[in-house]
Amino acid sequence: MNQLSVPHLDGNVLAGPLADVFAVDPTTAWHRCPTCRMPSSIGELHVYGTGPGPGLTGRCPGCADLALRAVAQPGHLWLQIGNGAGAFRFPLPHSAR
Amino acid sequence: MSGFSPGFRGRTHAFEGRLPPGQYPTESFPVLSAGPTPHVPTEDWSLTVTSETGESRTWSWEEMTALPQQHPTVDIHCVTRWSKFDTRWSGVGLDTLLEQVESDAGFVVAESYDGYTTNLPLEDLTGNKAWLVHSFDGYPLAPEHGGPARLLIPHLYFWKSAKWVRALRFTTENEPGFWESAGYHDHGDPWREQRYWND
Repeated sequence: MNQLSVPHLDGNVLAGPLADVFAVDPTTAWHRCPTCRMPSSIGELHVYGTGPGPGLTGRCPGCADLALRAVAQPGHLWLQIGNGAGAFRFPLPHSAR
Repeated sequence: MSGFSPGFRGRTHAFEGRLPPGQYPTESFPVLSAGPTPHVPTEDWSLTVTSETGESRTWSWEEMTALPQQHPTVDIHCVTRWSKFDTRWSGVGLDTLLEQVESDAGFVVAESYDGYTTNLPLEDLTGNKAWLVHSFDGYPLAPEHGGPARLLIPHLYFWKSAKWVRALRFTTENEPGFWESAGYHDHGDPWREQRYWND
């Protein structure tokens, strides 16, 4: 399967949504891709869905493997790490549902 | 300055009753992506339907396009709140494909070439209301819109209409897919605003 390049932004766009649930700047968090072994920070991920998408998808800059999904909903942030099923739903106390 | 143009008001009136709650009409066709767009040559393309017992049937591109073709014109609704009316597609009814594999399971997981998945009750895929489509508006479906072939399930939010689909897998349990496991609704009926998991 070949892949065409489509627009994506770097992982620094995750700083805003993740700042609601992390006490430290999450974009500096280090990650080693389990598929291609490439090290990167969250800030270096390739992030898709920054337009009007259902959520943000962060992918390894080396092989595009799934690194995280973040879905902002009224009152909540869903955060799913890695490729498996199962996300954590964080309450956003300052956001009215 | 006057308000809306007569033409704008006319079109809005024409679509009355066709816009689900919380949606706005658009004439564009936004591209939503969760990753790089895969490019799958039709000579490498196949679709496999697998039952819960492992029985399977696979169609090549030639075999799929030789099946009876349908040409649905339908309204589509994205969970990001845009709706697009009277979209014209060509493809194969999912009834035609699913009936080729014997199954007692009540659910289906659609799997795509990019790793995307979405879960669907079988009853939403049968009854001449869901398709595997390969043409849009008379032209081959562009890769950014899911070509060479995607699902078309217009009565559910459009994330259920998986792009670049390569497999339909019968499951006895309702297994959450890519977005369903990250907070989106398992069913996704736009008329009931089933956007998030507890809606």
